Amino acid sequence: MDGSSISEMSSILAMQGFAGISLFSVLLLMALGLAIIFGQMGVINMAHGEFMAVGAYTTYLCSHLVVTYMPGFQSYYFFFAVAAAFGVAFGIGYLVELGLIRFLYKRPLDTLLATWGLSLIMQQILRSTFGAREVSPTLPEWLLGSMHLTETIEIPINGLMVMGLTVFVTLGVFLLLHRSRWGLRVRATVQNRAMSGAVGINTGQVDRVTFALGCGIAGIAGAAFTTIASTGPTSGSQYIVDTFLVVVFGGAGSLLGTVASAFAIGETQSILEFFLNGSMAKVITLLAIVGILMMRPEGLVVSKVRR
Amino acid sequence: MNAARKEFALTVEDLTVSFDGFKAVDGVNLYVERDELRVIIGPNGAGKTTLLDLICGKTKASTGSIQFNNRELTKMAEYEVVRSGVGRKFQTPSIYENLSVYENLEVSFPRGRGVFGCLAFKRTPDVLERVNSVAEMINLQDHLQREAGALSHGQKQWLEIGMLLMQEPELLMLDEPVAGMSVKEREQTAELLNRICKGRSVIVIEHDMQFVKRIAHRVTVLHQGKVLCEGSIDKVQNDPKVIEVYLGH
Amino acid sequence: MTFSMQKLFGGRSGWVSIALLAVVILVVFPLAFDLFRLNLIGKYLTYAFVAIGLVTLWGYGGVLSLGQGVFFGLGGYAMAMFLKLEASDPESTKIQSTPGIPDFMDWNQITALPWFWEPFHSFTFTLLAILVLPALFAYFIGAAMFKRRVGGVYFAIITQAIALILTILIIGQQGYTGGANGMTDLKTLHGWDIRTDSAKYILYFLTGSVLISVIAGLRWMLSTKFGRLLLAMRDREDRVRFSGYDVANFKIFMFCVAAIISAIGGALFTLQVGFMSPSFVGIVPSIEMVIFTAVGGRMSLVGAVYGALLVNAGKTVFSESFPELWLLLMGGLFIAVVMFFPNGLAGLYEKHAAKLKTLAQRVLTRRAPTAPPPTSATVSTLAPEKSAASASGSRSAKRKGRVLTTEGSR
Repeated sequence: MDGSSISEMSSILAMQGFAGISLFSVLLLMALGLAIIFGQMGVINMAHGEFMAVGAYTTYLCSHLVVTYMPGFQSYYFFFAVAAAFGVAFGIGYLVELGLIRFLYKRPLDTLLATWGLSLIMQQILRSTFGAREVSPTLPEWLLGSMHLTETIEIPINGLMVMGLTVFVTLGVFLLLHRSRWGLRVRATVQNRAMSGAVGINTGQVDRVTFALGCGIAGIAGAAFTTIASTGPTSGSQYIVDTFLVVVFGGAGSLLGTVASAFAIGETQSILEFFLNGSMAKVITLLAIVGILMMRPEGLVVSKVRR
Repeated sequence: MNAARKEFALTVEDLTVSFDGFKAVDGVNLYVERDELRVIIGPNGAGKTTLLDLICGKTKASTGSIQFNNRELTKMAEYEVVRSGVGRKFQTPSIYENLSVYENLEVSFPRGRGVFGCLAFKRTPDVLERVNSVAEMINLQDHLQREAGALSHGQKQWLEIGMLLMQEPELLMLDEPVAGMSVKEREQTAELLNRICKGRSVIVIEHDMQFVKRIAHRVTVLHQGKVLCEGSIDKVQNDPKVIEVYLGH
Repeated sequence: MTFSMQKLFGGRSGWVSIALLAVVILVVFPLAFDLFRLNLIGKYLTYAFVAIGLVTLWGYGGVLSLGQGVFFGLGGYAMAMFLKLEASDPESTKIQSTPGIPDFMDWNQITALPWFWEPFHSFTFTLLAILVLPALFAYFIGAAMFKRRVGGVYFAIITQAIALILTILIIGQQGYTGGANGMTDLKTLHGWDIRTDSAKYILYFLTGSVLISVIAGLRWMLSTKFGRLLLAMRDREDRVRFSGYDVANFKIFMFCVAAIISAIGGALFTLQVGFMSPSFVGIVPSIEMVIFTAVGGRMSLVGAVYGALLVNAGKTVFSESFPELWLLLMGGLFIAVVMFFPNGLAGLYEKHAAKLKTLAQRVLTRRAPTAPPPTSATVSTLAPEKSAASASGSRSAKRKGRVLTTEGSR
């Protein structure tokens, strides 16, 4: 590439770095919900991707309603859509815990299989309701386009929005788990169920809300993704393995680990993508993760609690 | 002249293990002879079970040495420790619930312990004989075909002891073997233990003083990870330090 | 009963049910179905290879692998590579820019056969590759994980990751592997045309016989102390260590055996169906293979075969008439098996068969059987017991004391 100036190279690097951070925030948003469910409760939810899809479709529905009935509202609806995505996913998650998950707590492998079955069912329901073709909500104008940081560096706005949302949700989860009474109850229940019940904590309710919260966050993630890509019934299943790897790699019990892991994986893959073609970058990143996990199964951040 | 120098079967020296700064076992020295039945007592949290964990390889020591028949156990994996002749019984009966009593005992027979050994394992008469004789020792000879999960609590404890006996261990470690047993069962267990300590060393952790009196040759008292007192049961029961720690036990 | 008789009846499944399966596969099906359907069944039987591997690995050993598609694919692709090379001789490919190499390489502007394709010109090498490569791969993965005591859920997730890695690799490197379309247009095996009707019949019988032999072999394995140890390991792994066994070695061994068996299935699949693609390698097919085992009965070799046949037959039937319903049904099947019948159809069969048997015993002997009847708890851990075994049980139960040689306890 002769003739390219240093500033062009650094612009490309900056944008690639930004792409890395963008990927990091996408992975983190997906993994947060799962980190709560798997990390805190030890439940494997293979339908996590489908809850994301539910969030995405809810956003699409909101957009559809707004465009049809309240066109003036179009620029503002997005945040309501995100809230709605959270709510719907939360509600469905609550019901799922009630109807399925709570019978399987002592059997993680069985939970894995059962939630895989659930994901198939959810996929089919989404397909029957919304059709097999991919859909996209009508995004408000301010989300489209990109911001010009400098003459040569362009940052897409939707990427910024996703990152912002991620920061917000991450902080929220952290505060909720570690600074609120409810979070205390969750951690108590997880660490010593019998004792928690004995001191009056409604452990069943805590489980339900925790699971639902994880699903709700997946819903938010889904809403965020509608700004980046279109949604189809199988969108959720494309990322389930990556999401699990992020959580496991980070160290299942630790939120900090999830953050660190998402960052490491996101950046590694983006940097590799710069040098190799897409699929090889992914393969090498995955191989590295699996390799490291084989040597250090506890993940990056080991939780001090002996479960 | 027969100045048989007392060779200790088990030599534990300066054994320490620390969990995040907390010393569960702190500089413990323990010497057990062959044919001896040593009982270890102590209040809860004294480090008794941890001591057994360390000897059998379930937990790794921070410092110190454990020598058994002149082999250093601290460096070995659990199955290697077992193959060196150490048998461990756990606090809650740890047997194979889905296999029959016979199969539980047979699995513990010290032959064919590798993958191919297992595949080639034949139920030869010597195996049968040994299973039957051990089954008689532990009073389960009429229950050989029963599924182990269906046994009573006391029977499960005996089965686990039987499984250990099958391994022909030279050091047998039993963690609260009579917990949950009736009075009669305790008597039977005491008889059993007195019989089996011939030709091997036995370490027992127990709380029931009556039971301890019936079986112990020597008693070691642990407290807060350290050895508090050691000697015959009478000496130990009358030691002021022990009385203070136990407070009327 | 002597010891050898015991060995023969070894295990709960009994040789009788295996013989029955052999009759069904090798006699009943060919008579009942036309060639087209028979070919389909042959395909399902290749999936059954993976399912029976899972019975030993998961049902008995407690290790759930969600990546068996990897080994199925390794075997399938090895066979496909051999067949593809044979179909790409310079004569048939003379219209390509580079004759003598597979068509997809030509489309991707590759001009010479890559080095790792060369050995697949030899059939011996291909056969070795099918048997040895998956075993090596499984050994490597197994050793890395089991020696570090990675088990359960973590292991399952990592096997999924490996399946994903392989799928992406195959699809991404389409020049070398045929990409998402896979390797198609496979014609002859050493000059023998595998697409003719007679070839399809032969391949069907080959698949069926190999399957039965493998089942017999696994049955033997499970009837030895090895099988009992697997059960012990599944339920109380720690205790097994304290009985003097190196648990990791057993898991690694099982994993390799299951890998080899899956690979054989994959190779037979390629032969029968005439192509191989990454859609049989990834996460979705791997999990589906688990459901075949779960539905049929994860503790029953024979049950797993029926499970594979049933679920696949259902898939074919439903996908044609009610495609929307099929995914819902399959999802529901996953949930139902986990919640309501964890030992699959075989488990259900046994539970009721045992009751019937006790009833029959009562009626026949006109008193309660003296030996402890095979309790459903005992028997349901393993597959159906046959009447031959239990009849001898009540006989020898009358002998006091050494009740060692009773019914199929071993």
